[in-house]
Amino acid sequence: MKTKKLLLGDEALALGAINAGLSGAYAYPGTPSTEILEYVQKNPVAKERKIHSHWSSNEKTAMEEALGMSFCGKRAIVSMKHVGLNVAADPFVNSAMTGANGGLLVISADDPSMHSSQNEQDSRFYARFAMLPILEPSDQQEAYDMGAYGFELSEKLRLPVMLRLVTRLSHSRAVVTTDSVATEENTMAYPADTRRWVLMPGNSRVRYKDLIAQQTQMEAMSEESPFNTLTPGTDSRLGIIASGIAANYVKECFAEGCPFSVLKISQYPLPKQKIAELASACDAIIVIEEGQPVIEESLRGLLDRGLKVYGRLDGHLPRTGELTPDCVAAALAGLLPDMKEQLTHPAAMPSDKVVARPPALCQGCGHRDVYAALNAALETFESPKVFGDIGCYTLGWLAPFNAIDTCVDMGASITMAKGAADAGQHPAVAIIGDSTFTHSGMTGLLDAVNEDTTMTVIISDNLTTGMTGGQDSQGTGKLEEICIGLGVKPQRLKTIDSLPRNHEEMKQLFTDEFNHPGLSVIISRRECIQTARRHAKKQS
Amino acid sequence: MKTDIILAGVGGQGILSIATILGAAALSDNLYLKQAEVHGMSQRGGDVMSCLRLSSSPIASDLIPQGKADLVVSLEPMEALRYIQWLSPQGWIVTNTVPMVNITSYPPMEDITGALDATGRVVSFDMDEVAKEVASARASNMVLLGAAAPMIDIPVDKIENAIREVFGAKGERIVENNLMAFRAGLEKAKAIINR
Repeated sequence: MKTKKLLLGDEALALGAINAGLSGAYAYPGTPSTEILEYVQKNPVAKERKIHSHWSSNEKTAMEEALGMSFCGKRAIVSMKHVGLNVAADPFVNSAMTGANGGLLVISADDPSMHSSQNEQDSRFYARFAMLPILEPSDQQEAYDMGAYGFELSEKLRLPVMLRLVTRLSHSRAVVTTDSVATEENTMAYPADTRRWVLMPGNSRVRYKDLIAQQTQMEAMSEESPFNTLTPGTDSRLGIIASGIAANYVKECFAEGCPFSVLKISQYPLPKQKIAELASACDAIIVIEEGQPVIEESLRGLLDRGLKVYGRLDGHLPRTGELTPDCVAAALAGLLPDMKEQLTHPAAMPSDKVVARPPALCQGCGHRDVYAALNAALETFESPKVFGDIGCYTLGWLAPFNAIDTCVDMGASITMAKGAADAGQHPAVAIIGDSTFTHSGMTGLLDAVNEDTTMTVIISDNLTTGMTGGQDSQGTGKLEEICIGLGVKPQRLKTIDSLPRNHEEMKQLFTDEFNHPGLSVIISRRECIQTARRHAKKQS
Repeated sequence: MKTDIILAGVGGQGILSIATILGAAALSDNLYLKQAEVHGMSQRGGDVMSCLRLSSSPIASDLIPQGKADLVVSLEPMEALRYIQWLSPQGWIVTNTVPMVNITSYPPMEDITGALDATGRVVSFDMDEVAKEVASARASNMVLLGAAAPMIDIPVDKIENAIREVFGAKGERIVENNLMAFRAGLEKAKAIINR
């Protein structure tokens, strides 16, 4: 039995995994991946089966937890945004060495164009580096289908499989045909080969050779994959390689059918034979891929002397930013002047009356009160520096606060403030949210504790993970104990409510702690206005 | 049948509920649909846009090509203008005229109105006021949906059923309010189009 459902790409993948016998989902919230775990949390089958779906402290803990579930023979997914994979890189790369037992899908959602991210790194590089297979769905239906397909592939290869999503698939809805009944979960079954799970050098050397030997098998599977399709064309001037959602933009350009051969790639390692087949049938190739030029680079090689290859590297497609049907059409029209009229169409010029509307902290947000007091307290210092972090409060960089000097990665506020303090900076202030603190701030705080560094850490606690829509924050109700446990001196740990009426008191507290030699931590607390509204609604 | 719609507004205004209702209506009408939206940072009071594509045949791209949108539907006048390059030469703009001034550099209103009117095919009125008259100010997005309905090739009763379905859990009074707002927007738009 099949049921039609209207689903986001994220949701389709989550449901595909649940229906394929998922036993555990692990994640830390991050746009555009958040809706994967959220879907598992509210899915009736997942609830009934008590499938694990609690948020993890960060992507590394999530990845390792999923690997532990796989070790026991059960099917698991771990999901994160692309920069989250940097945090999970250690267990991810090493999971290629241990391999998987129960099916393990590592879902990494890239954000080209940086809609809500600090870079546009392409997760496919990580999988290539770790020598693991990748599935890259082109639409919501494939995202659903790749749940079951991915688990089977993972169990066949005894390896984790990367599932790469991108913003425009993660956050786009379409009607998906789904199974009405979910497959049973795997039963507990420990790995047959126990040595590979202990990555001591002697074991690892053996495993690494095995992993390299397995590449041939992985390539053969890519050749046979139902998701990698070569559609022959009648016009041999150009061959098109389109991966993932790029294939849709090519289809959009040729509504009446594409005259050129198209190789759609949604499973890696690259299907070399299919690529060779395409190359032998056309005069030149254009590579259209979302994100960085991963396929294009591997086709061009260092000397770039073979068949003419067009793509992002030579500027036929934009070097940065996400693909659009427009830039794909323009690239094709540039190579096929006789088809320009068919491929492109008139559009109005953008209006010069429109101005930018940057996002801002909500009215009634406690971060506002923190920044207002912080700015006031810092006025008396000659050269204060404030090290920011990742979250809603990054918006403190914008007017009217212009309050932070840096924002790099999760947790970097505390450690960069420490490094600056080591260099002689005073005052060195770190501002970090509660969820970011438990994600990656605690270890940095321990460094500062151990040297009693003269710096001030402000934890702006809104009792949630705000930017991604209000997911549970792992430190809620425990922040004071965590700080004390890490060794912050109780007399240098202060707590205050971030409220407009506390402005003077906050300002005084900040000033006092800036002037105090050694480490201070101030927890400034007020529930996120968005989650507070939701909680109020629920109660009424 | 094919209707490509750009839904525009400011984060928090409620364009996504319009998308949800049209999605449910399209599903009940057995149409294909794709709806791309942006989550995350821009939802905090920044400009937000969603591409909604409805068609009786399969849809390839999640994004609407520039110059191809049949409709730009916006809860805010400057936000309607932001997507003018997506509008097809035969396309319509349907927008609320009440500006959301959460930035200091908001342009003079006559510049916005002038540029919108210059496109020739515009349905624009104070949707907050219409919503207040028939239901409540919070239903202005349903007035907007009603005003766009004449240009969307889905039967009105299917859209109304979708409103019932989406707001059903919130009680009969909310459903009725939203239906009233939808119908008021529809009538007002018909009058403007016929003029």
